[in-house]
Amino acid sequence: MHELGIVFHIIKEVKKVAQENNCSKVSKVVMNIGEVSTVVPYYLEDCWNWAVAKEEGLQDCKLEIRMLDAVTWCDGCKSEYPTVAHGKTCPHCGSGNTWLLRGNEIEIQEIEAI
Amino acid sequence: MQEFYYLYHRIINPDRQMDEVKVIEIKKSIFEENGHEADQLREELKRKGVFLLNLMSSPGSGKTTTLIATINELKDKLKVAVMEADIDSDVDALKIKEATGIETIQLHTGGMCHLDAEMTRQGLDNLPLEGLDLAILENVGNLVCPAEFDTGAVRNAMILSVPEGHDKPLKYPLMFSICDLVLINKTDVLPYFDFDMDKCREYIHLRNPRARVIPICARTGEGIPEFAQWLLDSVKDWKTN
Ligand SMILES: Nc1nc2c(ncn2[C@@H]2O[C@H](COP(=O)(O)OP(=O)(O)OP(=O)(O)O)[C@@H](O)[C@H]2O)c(=O)[nH]1
Ligand SMILES: [Mg+2]
Ligand SMILES: [Zn+2]
Repeated sequence: MHELGIVFHIIKEVKKVAQENNCSKVSKVVMNIGEVSTVVPYYLEDCWNWAVAKEEGLQDCKLEIRMLDAVTWCDGCKSEYPTVAHGKTCPHCGSGNTWLLRGNEIEIQEIEAI
Repeated sequence: MQEFYYLYHRIINPDRQMDEVKVIEIKKSIFEENGHEADQLREELKRKGVFLLNLMSSPGSGKTTTLIATINELKDKLKVAVMEADIDSDVDALKIKEATGIETIQLHTGGMCHLDAEMTRQGLDNLPLEGLDLAILENVGNLVCPAEFDTGAVRNAMILSVPEGHDKPLKYPLMFSICDLVLINKTDVLPYFDFDMDKCREYIHLRNPRARVIPICARTGEGIPEFAQWLLDSVKDWKTN
């Protein structure tokens, strides 16, 4: 499953950062997840709870998910529009010459550790 | 006020000392670390003169069949090895070994839908790299997740088979945008599907103008020599430049 692989990557990075900062226990991880990142927040949380239960220093660590809006840029009329509502076609000028500006983030924002 | 906040926190979290909790900002994409590992792996492969191809597709589009036909065409010219990534089986690794006689290994992804650079490195560590020219990674059958993780391969290729439809480049733009080569397989069944080859090329080039497109039929061998030549050229290029 997609989310499980992502969880393993988060755990690896978080453990590294915790160690660099001499922290033995991480109590919270804050993630920024873009609207069109293909990550399902609910699955991510499920995989997270399952995976951290077995990780020394991460048991009971909470996952906070902050969703970020997806925005597409239209090269036809040089403007932005919300991706999820309109997809690939610009609602202002009908052009298909568009690309995603942001909204596919899967990013670790910060952790709380002791 | 601060006193009160401290007290409040102690009540909620009686075993936690408020002043010891550190907030550490990371602000890092989870693909970033993998990207570094992938770059390191590529550098290492460059030093050893080994070309790594990452081959992706949906399940059943013909990766294993195509590899068998292509390796049989190449094995007198190059030393080839294959790494098969599967969620949980070693059918494909055995099949390729039996049909071509080359070295194959099976990588189990433990339920995961893609391979990352670290898993790829672990696989390569189990191959005799001495004298190896070409290593091919058959990635997990999936058009989404493998596209997001750089494996450390020198080139990415994918197979789209005719029954899947010519609109796939529109539906899975990321996969098509990262592939240097797109093989369109199962051309023998073209008469039975409304697959439009010109449209498909157009959609692929919309996502990735530099992608090379080769129609093939793993069953009859059509287009396989062209794919084999692409591999020969790519390997030579990697070793000399
Ligand atoms: N008609 C036709 N069938 C093909 C062709 N290439 C492969 N097949 C058939 O498609 C099926 C799947 O082929 P595989 O080579 O196992 O596909 P794969 O991508 O390795 O599959 P997974 O590893 O399970 O994802 C098999 O029954 C093949 O015989 C082709 O060119 N034409
Ligand atoms: Mg296969
Ligand atoms: Zn527009």
